[in-house]
Amino acid sequence: MTEFFQWLGLSYEWAWGLSTICGILLIALPLMLGVAMIIYADRKIWAAMALRRGPNVVGPFGLLQSFADGLKVFLQETIIPSAANKGLFILAPILTFTVALLAWAVIPFNSGAVLANINVGLLYVLAISSLGVYGVVIAGWSSNSKYPFFSAMRASAQMISYEVSIGFILICVVLWAGSFNLHTIVEAQRGHVFGIINGFVANPLLFPMWVMFLISGMAETGRAPFDLTEAESELVAGYQTEYSSMSFALYWLGEYANVLLMCALNATLFWGGYLPPLDIPVLYLIPGWIWLIGKILFFFFIFSWVKATVPRYRYDQLMRLGWKVFLPVSLLFVVLVSGYLMAIGHFA
Amino acid sequence: MIQAFAFYLFAALMILSGAVTIMARNPVHSVLWLILAFFNAAGLMVLVGAEFIAMLLIIVYVGAVAVLFLFVVMMLDIDFSELRGGFIKNFPLGMLLALVLLAELMFGVGAFTAGPLQLGVADGAGAVPVDISNTEAIGALLYTRYLFVFEAAGIILLVAMIGAIVLTHRERKDTRGQNVSKQIARRPEDATVNVRPEVGKGVQL
Repeated sequence: MTEFFQWLGLSYEWAWGLSTICGILLIALPLMLGVAMIIYADRKIWAAMALRRGPNVVGPFGLLQSFADGLKVFLQETIIPSAANKGLFILAPILTFTVALLAWAVIPFNSGAVLANINVGLLYVLAISSLGVYGVVIAGWSSNSKYPFFSAMRASAQMISYEVSIGFILICVVLWAGSFNLHTIVEAQRGHVFGIINGFVANPLLFPMWVMFLISGMAETGRAPFDLTEAESELVAGYQTEYSSMSFALYWLGEYANVLLMCALNATLFWGGYLPPLDIPVLYLIPGWIWLIGKILFFFFIFSWVKATVPRYRYDQLMRLGWKVFLPVSLLFVVLVSGYLMAIGHFA
Repeated sequence: MIQAFAFYLFAALMILSGAVTIMARNPVHSVLWLILAFFNAAGLMVLVGAEFIAMLLIIVYVGAVAVLFLFVVMMLDIDFSELRGGFIKNFPLGMLLALVLLAELMFGVGAFTAGPLQLGVADGAGAVPVDISNTEAIGALLYTRYLFVFEAAGIILLVAMIGAIVLTHRERKDTRGQNVSKQIARRPEDATVNVRPEVGKGVQL
């Protein structure tokens, strides 16, 4: 895109700046639209599994429900509790929302179509996702209220626990791909199994890693069955209890943007990202970003499905799963994968 | 131009947030300013081309260490008057620390003005490789030349971790844990019996 602006007669610096801004808008605006529609889809899927009808009044099939909700919260008054720590109370939802958008910078949407093609892309994603906890913790503390505070404490312990095993799972992928760059990781999956299946997931050593990544992803995004931070039966609404209007909506949007990001990471790291499932020339006629979005939607369906069917974990069970099951198993697989790759001379 | 601007922005913000970290009245605010200082340090690392170190700084310090800090500090019940009361008592120790830091700073500035440090081996022969990314460069050095030092560091950390667990662990006899594998292995036949008693007769359990 930089070349296009240079062709329009701008100097390199201005062309680069403009093309970066355009890239950001090209990712952020469809993402926001996507989040609005995915909230609708989530409610519809949930309703269908509970044999209800879900949102069906606003617009055809209720398609405009999310926009109506958005308009509603936009018109509401922002209430700041008098006992709250005002600056941090306002900062927290902004932080959550910003962090949810940041990580999308390194997701490759097609061969060469990535906003920031950096060498340490996967580490960047890890770094950004580890920031997600701050929005929750700051909200819980600054609300100066008991339920949000419990929620903040749960969130800080929960997210750290699952990040450890996510780190080990990603190391297995990085070992196989030989790079932290997400673009290289996707390209390494081209014809990975029998030279025809695109994706690490078909690899017997990495398939268990994918299953664990999916579950850890749900825990990391605070999604059911791990939504203990906003368990309504125990903590009212968790860290969001004191929030209203737009600050509440920012949490809502940020949460779903994070869920979509986790789906995109599942697709990119294990299911071949923008590559079609099979390495057959005719499948490449469909552009890569359609494959990627298709995969993201598929994983989102899995997330919704789990939300609609699985009961919430108890807190000690959540910790047990993270530390006593996922951590040892993922550590074992780091040893297995690196040992196997050494044995076949992958690093030579 | 933009590099210089970014450098001064990161450096100024880092010094500012470092200063506010020690001056903020509220410990939670202190931790948050500390996190901002970490961020600006990571920005400076990116500017000098050490993106791997920058990312590790954020993942390790911001993502894990600072969360634990915050976790502890959030639950403190702070009495500000008591905090200020210790000022006179701790003043000599504080001055001593400040003097040590000042001496170190002056020593560092003196060493810096004496000439740039030769990177690589002690005699300056091994120059920094420029054609590979710094992730690979760090990996190649850590797992070849400094392998034993690196593994020794790992073992020390492991010992420290086990030590911390052993010191704080206490066996409690009065709590009952959940044995998940036992629960999963339990079948309906083990727990329930299906009997059809005749009319007028009870059931022997």
